[in-house]
Amino acid sequence: MTQRNRLDTGGRIDRGTPLGFKFNGQHYQGFAGDTLASALLANGVDVIGRSFKYSRPRGIVAASAEEPNAVFQLGATEATQVPNVRATQQELFDGLVSQPTSGWPGLKIDFMGVVGSLLGRMLPPGFYYKTFMFPQAAWDTYEKYIRKAAGLGRSPRKPDVDTYDHLNHHTDVLIVGAGPTGLSAALSAARAGARVILADEQAEMGGSLLDCTDKLDDKPAAEWVRGTLQELAGYDNVLLLPRATVNGYHDHNFLTIHERRTDHCADHAPTNLSRQRLHRVRARWVVLATGAHERPLVYGHNDLPGCMLASAVSTYINRYAVVPGRKLVLMTTNDNAYRTAFDWQDAGREVVAIVDTRAYATGAWQAEAERRGLKILKGMAVIEARGRQRVTGAVVAGLTSDGNRVTGDRQILNCDTLASSGGWSPVVHLSCHTGSRPVWDDDAIGFLPGKTVQQQLVAGAVNGRYSLSDCLTDGASIGAEAATKAGFPAKPATVPFVRTRPEIGAMALFCVPHPKPNSRAPKQFVDFQTDVTAAAIELATREGFESIEHIKRYTAMGFGTDQGKLGNINGMAVAAKSLNQTIPETGTTIFRPNYTPVTFGAIAGRHCNDLFDPIRYSAMHEWHVRNGARFEDVGQWKRPWYFPKADETMQQALNRECLATRESVGILDASTLGKIDIQGKDAREFLGRIYTNAWAKLPVGKCRYGLMCKEDGMVFDDGVTSCMGENHFVMTTTTGGAAGVLEWLELYHQTEWPELDVYMNTVTDHWATMTLAGPNARKLLAELTDDIDLDRDRFRFMDWRQGTVAGVPARVFRISFTGELSYEINVQANYGLHVWETLFDHGAKYKLTPYGTETMHILRAEKGFIIAGQDTDGSVHPYDLGMSWAVKEDKPFSFIGKRGMKREDCVRANRKQLVGIKTKDPSVVLPEGAQAVDNPDHPLPVPMLGHITSSYYSACLGRSIALGVIKGGHNRMGDTVHYPLADGRIVEAEICNTIFLDPEGERQNV
Amino acid sequence: MFYLFCPYCGEHREEEEFHPRGQAHLSRPEDPDGCTDEEWGDFIYFRTNPRGLHHEIWVHAVGCRKFFNVTRDTQSYEILETYRMGSAPRITDLNDKQQSREVQA
Repeated sequence: MTQRNRLDTGGRIDRGTPLGFKFNGQHYQGFAGDTLASALLANGVDVIGRSFKYSRPRGIVAASAEEPNAVFQLGATEATQVPNVRATQQELFDGLVSQPTSGWPGLKIDFMGVVGSLLGRMLPPGFYYKTFMFPQAAWDTYEKYIRKAAGLGRSPRKPDVDTYDHLNHHTDVLIVGAGPTGLSAALSAARAGARVILADEQAEMGGSLLDCTDKLDDKPAAEWVRGTLQELAGYDNVLLLPRATVNGYHDHNFLTIHERRTDHCADHAPTNLSRQRLHRVRARWVVLATGAHERPLVYGHNDLPGCMLASAVSTYINRYAVVPGRKLVLMTTNDNAYRTAFDWQDAGREVVAIVDTRAYATGAWQAEAERRGLKILKGMAVIEARGRQRVTGAVVAGLTSDGNRVTGDRQILNCDTLASSGGWSPVVHLSCHTGSRPVWDDDAIGFLPGKTVQQQLVAGAVNGRYSLSDCLTDGASIGAEAATKAGFPAKPATVPFVRTRPEIGAMALFCVPHPKPNSRAPKQFVDFQTDVTAAAIELATREGFESIEHIKRYTAMGFGTDQGKLGNINGMAVAAKSLNQTIPETGTTIFRPNYTPVTFGAIAGRHCNDLFDPIRYSAMHEWHVRNGARFEDVGQWKRPWYFPKADETMQQALNRECLATRESVGILDASTLGKIDIQGKDAREFLGRIYTNAWAKLPVGKCRYGLMCKEDGMVFDDGVTSCMGENHFVMTTTTGGAAGVLEWLELYHQTEWPELDVYMNTVTDHWATMTLAGPNARKLLAELTDDIDLDRDRFRFMDWRQGTVAGVPARVFRISFTGELSYEINVQANYGLHVWETLFDHGAKYKLTPYGTETMHILRAEKGFIIAGQDTDGSVHPYDLGMSWAVKEDKPFSFIGKRGMKREDCVRANRKQLVGIKTKDPSVVLPEGAQAVDNPDHPLPVPMLGHITSSYYSACLGRSIALGVIKGGHNRMGDTVHYPLADGRIVEAEICNTIFLDPEGERQNV
Repeated sequence: MFYLFCPYCGEHREEEEFHPRGQAHLSRPEDPDGCTDEEWGDFIYFRTNPRGLHHEIWVHAVGCRKFFNVTRDTQSYEILETYRMGSAPRITDLNDKQQSREVQA
């Protein structure tokens, strides 16, 4: 297909570089410098999608971020799919493949088209809620098809092939938007030496200057842009970011910029380049020079392809050398849009008429139009467009001077393009992101940025100064002000002189009236992307919605990915009129980040896979991998879970590990347990306050188990703390709780007891810890040390000794989490692997067996030892655990948790208490979380007694064992309870003591 | 994303280095065992949730590990002052905002 709408000359495209691309399965050609939208228009593609609700044919309306219809799915392969791309913002590249996201099953034959035209009147706002939500269960079915037909794009099903990154910046002045305002602001700030970031969403900086026919200093505007950019690029203190949308304005002047670095190059990024980058900027001062979007007028069938924004038509002609039609009717409320008719005429096409809604329109622009021989219909408006797949005519009628009613006869003008301009809507989005509400301005006929607590200035069109010369002047002075406030005294840059015609006042008109009431008139679209009509908004107000925020949610106005950039103000105007209010009384909805859609890739950056969350490895990790360990994640740690041999199942491996440990000797890598070094002359007092038990008399060389509670009396961590010296202790914590415990200790030290002389620091990573457990532990350890006396009576249970193990300095703790004779060897982490391997060199004759966390869990459960966080859940106090021995109530200081566990609820009978559970059938292992009931035949709801917290098969006991909580369990020993399971089985079990093995503790005292 | 001045480090740092620990200036009762259940319940569970000025504790978790106080406007998210543990806030009324800006400048 030829580019039938392309002009032979002009524009900022390179006719020498043709680019092939695909849209909806068809091949087309465009030129370098095109956007996907301009290339489609050049090829005369009218229908680019179907609308969301009514499935009406839609065409391209705008030329930049506000485009509501041309939202496409891009990507030549599954892995490079990108949904939600605005064709107006996508630069064309050779081989680009795009699909409409709407219009399933096809642009020409469509499913909703039938529904839409037959049921049009039956699809009022809230239709989906009202109709499809019942029955609830069927929504899943409806939703699938509605979504598919509505066209919301889809995510790729294969991993993204590209990389994305993040960059952090600090800057003095961040200028958002590189149009005339932003460029002159940048000049002022840059010349003063301030660090400046100038970001613009387009490939080329210059904004409206790139398609403007006005002369700056009597030269083409593009020349001034070129010179300005050249100067800015020469400053070391300036960072120019084209193709970079400032998407979010967050608290304390933190802004995020989404830069599309290579989206214009190919389907995926060139090697060694990231595709997109998220800049995270902390700016001293921000200048918003975001400009304004033209506001379309609302009239009947205004969504037909061929209905466009006036300024967009000019942009396509001047910047891309594309005239999107043959015969133009222009409707305007202001002088500015006359340019479009002139541009159209200069491109050699027919201007049928300029329909000016103002009867009073007599000024320089009208004089120029008349000089050019153009017909102006004053005090008139287009009340509806005619056509099916494309505009074929415009119905024009007279308008009362207040714009509220249609008068006089109607006439039909033949045309294929209907451009409209209702004035400008300042792009206030970013100014709203931190909570500031925009304020209506009657002169600007739009909302302007409101008061803010941010260090933010606004300049140019976003502040209601629409004329080019105002933008340049305002930009220069605001840029200077921002630099000055940031500490760089600056003078406004001199700005070029703009030769233009004076404008007369615009008319505040939003929705063109129709002879019929809006509810019966042809559909007048306010929000194209969500298919919201003026009638729908009126209906919402009739149904009682008065707040604009509620109207928005009920009608879905502004809910699309375009966030109502085009339609919101018109919608508010319609609502205001319907509510008999002014627009400021009705107010505006608020815009939130992001300004335009951001890909997940850019948000994630490099924080994916291994870099998403740090992984911590013990010093012996390499050995574990070599020996076939299966790993489990505990917090950020990779811990060996079990060490299967050749064909072993998990249970077989666990049985073998458990038996080997109990029969001879096993070894566990316990390095991940949290270790906190605590020193200071009040360290002992401090321990007494944060643990529930006594620490006053623990001698040097001894260890003690402690329970830690929160102020509510509930257990939150436990571990063994050892006395290294009179004022020196080493505390161990659970693996996952280490950081939280340290912060807890610091909190109490810093906020409640700063008078205590105590210091603490984490030493978790400093030590490699290996636990030898089993009857042969002593014999094995004896082979590796000659300076630690391992005699059973001189190095007793709960003692620790310093010495040498395998030739390196070590701390050895005789503590046991298995109930076996056990030594915990701690060496400097760098020596960990050496000591571990030396143990294995000597351990073969004892069948030294490595075991992982699962065997550790089984062995400790056999002994009834709890795991904080597994057998406790924040609602369990020490007495519930049957651990009153670990609470010393008569300590002089009221330790943390003491008062809490005396509360009425904590001392009531029938609390859930930790008990042992033995299934009647020893081969059945209850699932953790199973709920106990007394009588499974009890009518629903069955009273619940408590749940299983830990459950395993114990090879040593030849049966299953479990720990669980049962209401009043401590007094129910021997009772039978039932566990109804999800699969329908009901498991009978007996309540027993938590200690299943060696209740006297003989094994660890050998 | 907040930009917080750590009164111990003496620098503004990014929010990622900190996390909040709730309402400030709560002190643990001197004699917990003498408290009624209601008093103890108030201490451990009840917190204010003002719209406007709020004193709260933050911790420089991946910095100096110090806890400090922040006076913040919960509506605008302005940080009006940060100050060390054990000292009193200078700003106790949102009308003093202006004064705080001068102090921080």
